[in-house]
Amino acid sequence: MAAATASRSGLRSALPLLTPAYLWLTVAIFLPLSAMVFFSFMTELPLSGKPWAFTLGNYAAFFSQSLYLTLLLASLRLGLEVTLWCIVIGYPAAYVLAKVLKGRSREAIFLLVILPFWSNGLVRIFSWAMVLREGGILDTALNAVLPFKINIDLMYSYPAVIIGLVHSYVPYMVLTCYLTLQAIDDSLIEAGRSLGASRLQVLKRVIIPLSMPGLVAGAALIFVPVVGSFMEPRILGGRTGTFYGTVIEDQFVAVFNWPLGAALSFILLAVVLVILAVASPVLRRAA
Amino acid sequence: MATTRILEWLGRLYIWLLLAFLYLPIIIMALMSFNVSPFYQLPFEWTTEWYASLWQNNQLISATWNSVEIAVITTVICTVLGSAASLALFRYEFRGKKFLQALLFPPIAIPWLITGTAMLIFFFGVGIGRGLHAILLGHVALALPYVIVVVSARLQTFAPELEEAARSLGANQWQVTRRVTLPWIMPGVIAGGLFAFAVSFDQFVVSYFLATPGQTTLPVEIYAAIRKGFTPEINAVSTIIIVVSMALMLLTARFFKFGGEK
Repeated sequence: MAAATASRSGLRSALPLLTPAYLWLTVAIFLPLSAMVFFSFMTELPLSGKPWAFTLGNYAAFFSQSLYLTLLLASLRLGLEVTLWCIVIGYPAAYVLAKVLKGRSREAIFLLVILPFWSNGLVRIFSWAMVLREGGILDTALNAVLPFKINIDLMYSYPAVIIGLVHSYVPYMVLTCYLTLQAIDDSLIEAGRSLGASRLQVLKRVIIPLSMPGLVAGAALIFVPVVGSFMEPRILGGRTGTFYGTVIEDQFVAVFNWPLGAALSFILLAVVLVILAVASPVLRRAA
Repeated sequence: MATTRILEWLGRLYIWLLLAFLYLPIIIMALMSFNVSPFYQLPFEWTTEWYASLWQNNQLISATWNSVEIAVITTVICTVLGSAASLALFRYEFRGKKFLQALLFPPIAIPWLITGTAMLIFFFGVGIGRGLHAILLGHVALALPYVIVVVSARLQTFAPELEEAARSLGANQWQVTRRVTLPWIMPGVIAGGLFAFAVSFDQFVVSYFLATPGQTTLPVEIYAAIRKGFTPEINAVSTIIIVVSMALMLLTARFFKFGGEK
């Protein structure tokens, strides 16, 4: 009984402090997300003055036209590829940071690695256009070094989109893996080595399993936004950069079919939630 | 051991390669903003004319002021509301607390494309409409969870006994908060505020869906310019943005350790 009273009085004292923040989140995030679900079942926006009705047509459009499903699969594939590259590039870097570098140099380099990830994403994507386009830096540099003439024009291609996205998201992977790798006791690694395990065996049996939560957290943090990306494919992919995200963008800024856009967004949200739900047991174990 | 030495050396080399991958495009972009050729042609010739022409671009200047204004207001609102909520979540026990804490993650985890389009539909539907006020409404909501998470992390290091002690010495609730708790969590509040500023100042996706032609922010304006074609002016304004946001993050790092190290 005492606990119940304490709990009720706790809520009474907490409410004035909590209400403004959560009210704001409700108005600007939770209600909009609910409204999106609602609108996705309509033929027209009720405010446009045109008559509207409830319909399943927007979802039928997704399932009947193979275009949308194909694009969703393309976006999922893009997310998978970018995530894998981030693991391949980011994990070794996190390992070196956590286990090789020490003291001030570790702190400084760690800061340097995660610094770009809080700077403007749009600008960083734009910066790759300078490097990748024909007559850009990569082209010029390679032609200066190589004895024969080659034309490097990666701009407006699938690899350009991958490079830009990996550049944007690899700091996430370094950050999450670094946190779990740093927590591994060095004596575990030494024990494995002194018991006769090779470096590779220690890596496979000790280090990778223990750092798995960081890998999964990093993968989820990268995969989800990449599947919903539209600005990066637009700038670096050009005409080859049509993905699920760019089609949603079109519904809102070019075609003005908001109900269809809402349905496509909601399908993406469902996919994202399933992925987060699958990853969450591992994430909870990490926390 | 020789192998260990070689492996460590390779590791260091690898880190420098990664840093080159992360920074070279940005450095090249910045250099090109000082190059004479409007088509980014080499050899490099120094000029500041692209920066000078930024001053003539009224559209860009007004978008910049919009961005700064929105980021500052977002920072103020988020630090006040966020710190209050963190305090409540730290101080009191009540049913549904876990749920409220879990509610902070959807805004962070859901792609901005989904959040942005949902806001557009809802704000349009209920008559809030689009424009700077809608952008501000959205930015505060996006930044609030970050502030609450950062301030709560700082509160974890706070000893509640200090509040007890102050209370038993006759301080009232407001005095306890102002004199004991707030000074302790200040580094967290400042870091949270800087996060909020960065989230708002760099935000593109949500602003993009809520902007109108006259009422827009700098990243939205840059995106529109990029899609028309690349110009050294874009390099110049991008260079300014990246320097400002990196400086901000360095400042944040002074107040808040990311690595979880002491």
